[in-house]
Amino acid sequence: MGEELATSHLGALAYDPAPESAAIARLHESYGIFVDGAFTDPAQHAQLLTLNPATGSGLAHVAMGSASDVDLAVASARRAFDTTWSRMRGAERAKYLFRIARLIQERARELAVVETLDNGKPIRESRDIDVPLAAAHFFYYAGWADKLEHAGFGAHPRPLGVAGQIIPWNFPLLMAAWKLAPALAAGNTCVLKPAETTPLSALVLAEILQQAELPPGVVNIVTGDGTTGAALVEHAGVDKIAFTGSTEVGRVIQRRANAAGKRVSLELGGKGANIVFEDAPIDEMIEGIVDGIFFNQGHVCCAGSRLLVQENVADEVLRRLLRRVDQLRVGDPLDKNTDVGAINSAEQLAKITELVETGEAEGATRHTSSCALPSEGFWFAPTVFSQVSSTQRIAREEIFGPVLSVLTFRTPDEAVAKANDTTYGLACGVWSEKGSRTLWVAERLRAGVVWANTYNRFDPASPFGGVKESGFGREGGRHGLEAYLDE
Amino acid sequence: MDARAGVRLLDPPRAPVIASEAQLRALLASLSGVDAAGAEARAAKLATRSIKTSSKRAALDMIISMIDLTTLEGADTPERVASLCDKARRPDARDASVPSVAAVCVYADLVGTARARLAGSTVAVAAVATAFPSGRASRRVKLLDVEDAVAAGADEIDMVIDRGAFLSGRLGEVFEEIVAVKEACQHAHLKVILETGELVTYDNVRRASWLAMLAGADFIKTSTGKVGVSATLPVALVLLEAVRDFAESTGRLVGVKVAGGIRSAKDAMRYLVVVNETAGSLWLSPTLFRFGASSLLNDVLMQRLRQVRGAYVRPQEFSAD
Amino acid sequence: MSERVGVAKTYKLVLNGAFVRSESGRVYEVLDHAGRFWANVAEASRKDVRDAVVAARAAQARWWSLSAYNRAQVIFRLAEMAEARRDELAEHVQRAEGRDAPAARECVARGIDRIVWYAGWADKLAQVLGGANAVAGPFFNFSLPTPSGVVAVICAQDSSFEAFVDAALAPLCAGNAVVALASEARPTPGLLLGEMSVTSDLPGGVLNVLSGRVGSVGASLASHEDVDGIDLDGAGDRAGELSVLAAGSIKRVRQPGTDFAANSTARLRSFVETATVWHTVGR
Repeated sequence: MGEELATSHLGALAYDPAPESAAIARLHESYGIFVDGAFTDPAQHAQLLTLNPATGSGLAHVAMGSASDVDLAVASARRAFDTTWSRMRGAERAKYLFRIARLIQERARELAVVETLDNGKPIRESRDIDVPLAAAHFFYYAGWADKLEHAGFGAHPRPLGVAGQIIPWNFPLLMAAWKLAPALAAGNTCVLKPAETTPLSALVLAEILQQAELPPGVVNIVTGDGTTGAALVEHAGVDKIAFTGSTEVGRVIQRRANAAGKRVSLELGGKGANIVFEDAPIDEMIEGIVDGIFFNQGHVCCAGSRLLVQENVADEVLRRLLRRVDQLRVGDPLDKNTDVGAINSAEQLAKITELVETGEAEGATRHTSSCALPSEGFWFAPTVFSQVSSTQRIAREEIFGPVLSVLTFRTPDEAVAKANDTTYGLACGVWSEKGSRTLWVAERLRAGVVWANTYNRFDPASPFGGVKESGFGREGGRHGLEAYLDE
Repeated sequence: MDARAGVRLLDPPRAPVIASEAQLRALLASLSGVDAAGAEARAAKLATRSIKTSSKRAALDMIISMIDLTTLEGADTPERVASLCDKARRPDARDASVPSVAAVCVYADLVGTARARLAGSTVAVAAVATAFPSGRASRRVKLLDVEDAVAAGADEIDMVIDRGAFLSGRLGEVFEEIVAVKEACQHAHLKVILETGELVTYDNVRRASWLAMLAGADFIKTSTGKVGVSATLPVALVLLEAVRDFAESTGRLVGVKVAGGIRSAKDAMRYLVVVNETAGSLWLSPTLFRFGASSLLNDVLMQRLRQVRGAYVRPQEFSAD
Repeated sequence: MSERVGVAKTYKLVLNGAFVRSESGRVYEVLDHAGRFWANVAEASRKDVRDAVVAARAAQARWWSLSAYNRAQVIFRLAEMAEARRDELAEHVQRAEGRDAPAARECVARGIDRIVWYAGWADKLAQVLGGANAVAGPFFNFSLPTPSGVVAVICAQDSSFEAFVDAALAPLCAGNAVVALASEARPTPGLLLGEMSVTSDLPGGVLNVLSGRVGSVGASLASHEDVDGIDLDGAGDRAGELSVLAAGSIKRVRQPGTDFAANSTARLRSFVETATVWHTVGR
C-alpha cells in the first residue's frame, strides 16, 4: 500500500459544532414516583441522582422507590384495572393510546434532548429513531385495542391484570413504549420500573400520560434501582412480569416469577452474528456492520457484535471497515453530527474496558479508532478486534459496547455453525446478493430476528425477541399481544 | 477525520488495459452489487449532517467554486451567454471575495462567445457534445461535434453515453465511443454523462461509472438535466464510491459532476457532505467535483449574503441570469 | 388341555428409536387401577435423561429439516399405527385408569383423532402463526414459527393416553423433539405410543418416552441446560419447584392447569419461536 494522498488546497469540510439546545429538556430538579395519575413523594424520601454520562454531572434527582412505593403503585394499578381499564371498550382504550402517540410526536424534540442528556446517545439517534419509534409503537398498538379477537389468541382474549414492567437503560423511552403500548391495548394496567441510570424520559412520558388524561392508575411509574425491580417482581398483586435486560438478571427474575406462578416474558442479552458473504453489496454491508455494532455505542442487545466474514474477502472487508470506523464522529451527544456518543455509566465503561483487555490478552488484534475522546464523562473509542477465535471471551460474552469481534468462515455451513455457537439467540445479519443462500442461512440461524442486507431495523409491526438464553416472548406486531393476553 | 477518510493508493498503481469486450464484461460483472435500500438509507443519513457557522461560510464558497454555470436552451443567445460569463467570472459584482465559478457550460456553437468573454479569467469553458442530450447520432457526427467544440476553444467536453447500447449489453460499443471521444478531445478534459435516470438501477450506475473510467473519462457525470430524473444523493454516493475504489485500484483520480435539479445551497451542501464522507476531502476541489447548475448560484449567493448581513435577503439582490 | 400361558411384556424406555432398560438397571412396580401388580417398568435415571436429551437434540435438526408436509404424513402414520392397535391401547387405558371398556375405547378413539388433528397442523402452522409484517420502509418482512428445539414433557398423571397425546404431539407437530415422561403410575399407554412411533417413520430420537419418578426425572429434565422448554402438565405439586429449576437456562415453561379450548392453538404455540426475517427491497 502507498501513502495516503495529500488533501487538496481547499482543505477539509470541517463540521463546526451543531449542538441541540439542552434547555429544551425543561428538566425539574427532582421527581417523585408517578402513582394514581399524579407525582408523589416516595415513602422513604430517598433519591437517586441521575447523571449526564457525557459530562459526569448530575441532571436531576429521582425517587429511589421502595417496596412500599411499589405496593402503592400496584394497588393503584389494580384499582384502575378493576374499575376502569379492563371494563372500557377497546375502541375507547385505543383513543387514549392514539392520544399518547400524538403527544409524543408533539413533544418529540424535548423527549429527544432528555433522552440524549440522560443516556448519552447521539441526538441524531434519539431524534430520528428512539422517539419516532416510541410514538409509532403507541400508534400501532392503539389500532389493536378494539381488534383483539382477531389476534389469533382465542375468540375472547382477556387481559392478564397488572403487569410489572422492568426496562433497561439503552433505549429508555422506546423500551417503555414497547412495554406499555401492547399491555395497555390488551387491557392491562401497568407498573413501570425505568432503569436506574435513565429514568428521565419515562417521567416526561408520565407528564404526557397526564396530558392525555389517561385514567389514574392505568400506568404507574416507580423509579429506583435493582431492589425496586425486585420488589415489583416479588409483589403478590402483580400478574405478569415483562423484563428487558441482561440474561444474568433474567434468570433471577424468571426464577422468582415462576415460583410465584406469574406470567413472564424476557428480552435478554445477545451476541449477534453479522455474516458477510463474498458477494455482499460491499458499501452497504460496511455501513451495516457499522450500524450493527456502533449504533447506540453498541448498547444494543441485538448488536451485530460478531462479524463473520468469508475468508476470501476478509482482508478487503477489514480494510474498508477500519477506514470507515476511523471516520466515525465520537463526542458531544447533543451535537447533531455525532455518530457515537457516551457510554451510559462508569460501571458499563469498566465492564467494556475489562472485556477489551481480555481480548488483547487472549491474542486478538486490536484496532481502535483514532478519534479524540472528551476528557469528562464516560467514553470508549470504537474498537474492532480481528484474528478472533470462537473460544475467546470477546467472541462469546456480551460486551454491550462499541467493540466488534471479527471471525472468518469458508462455507455457508461453517458460517451457520459459528453463528449458532452461542448460548444466545437474539439477532443475526446476512449479507449476500444471492437470495437463495440468504434464505438458506436465515432458515438455519437460531435467532429471533434475521436482517438480510440490513441491520438494527425496528418497526412496531415486526415481532422482536429471542430464542435460547436471549429470552422468550415477542414484542412488536400481532405476536407482541400474546404476552399480555389470556385465552 | 477528513484526511483519514482519504484513499490509499496501490503501489505501484495499475490501470487495467481493456483488450476485449469479454474482458470488460467480466470486469464490470465482478463489481459488487449495490443494495438500493442500503444506499438510499446511507444517503439519507448523510443528509442529516448539520453544517453551521464558519464551516457553512467556507462550504458556500466551495460550492460556488465548483459550479459549472450552465445554459443549455434552444433559446440561448450570445448576449445571454456573455452575461452568464460575466456572472461566472464575478458572481457578486459588489463583493470581490466571492470566488469565480469553475466553468460555464454551453452548447458547442456558443463556445467561441464564451471563450472570448472569459479571456483572462480562471473560468473554464465547457461544451456539451456528442449529440447532447439524447446521443442519437452517428459516431462520425458525434466526433465532429466534439472536434468543433475543441477547435472553438472548449476546455472541457461533456459527452453523453449511448444508453441504448449500454442497456442492451453492447458494452464494447459504449467503451469504444468514449475512447474515440477522449481522443478527439485532445487537451480538453472529458466528462462522461451517464444519464443515470435512464440507467435506472444503481448496479447499472456503478458499472457504467467503471466503464467510463476505464475508457478514460476525466469526470463521470450523473445527468444531462434533460430527462425526468437527474442527480440524486444516492446516485452521487454510488459515483463517489466508484471514483474512490477506482483510484485505489488504479491510482488515477477521476472527478464527479452532479447535474440537474440542484437548486438550493442546502441541497448542494448535502452533496459536499457525501463527497467528504465517501471519496474523502481530496475530492473537495473543483478539479474533482462539480455541480452542473444554473439557479443554484443565486441561492448560494443569497445564503452567503445572509451570513454577512444576518438577515434573509431578497432574491432580486442577484440578477436572474 | 391347559390354558395357554400369556407372554409377559417387559416395559422399556423408548430412547433414540430403540427400547432400552434404564441405564441404572432400576425398575418400579406399576399397579393396575385396582392395586394389583401389573408390571415392573424401567425407572429412568439422570443418565437416561442425559441420553434422551442428546438423542433428541440430534434428532430435532433432522425432524425440522423435513418438509412440513412430510412431518404431517409421519404424524398421520402414527395415527394409523395407533388405530391398528386401538384395542390394545383401550385395554391398557381400561386397566390403568379403571374405566369401563366402552369408555376406554372412546378415550383411545379421541386420542387417535387428536393425533390426526395434529398431523393436519404440521403444514399449516406457518400460515396461521406466521405472516408478513407491514413495516414502514423498503423491506420485505415476514415471521415464521420455528421450534424451540428440545422439549421435555411431564405428562398428566391421571389421563394416561389422551393427555399424553396432547402433551407430546403439540411440540412434536411444531418441529420440536420431545422427551416425554409418561404418567408415573400409569405409564404403559404412553410407552405403547412410543413403541408405535418407532414404526411410524418418525426419526429415532424425535419422540423419547421415559417412565420414572416425577420428582427425580422431572428435576433432571428441568435443570438440564440443553432442554429448551418444559411442559409441566403432570408435575402437580412439583410444578413450582421444577419451574424454578427451569429458569436457570431461560427455558420456556408451560405451567400445568392452563385450560384451553379443544380447537385452540395455545398448546401448539407453547414451544414455538417466532423468527422474523427482514430483507431489503430495491431495484
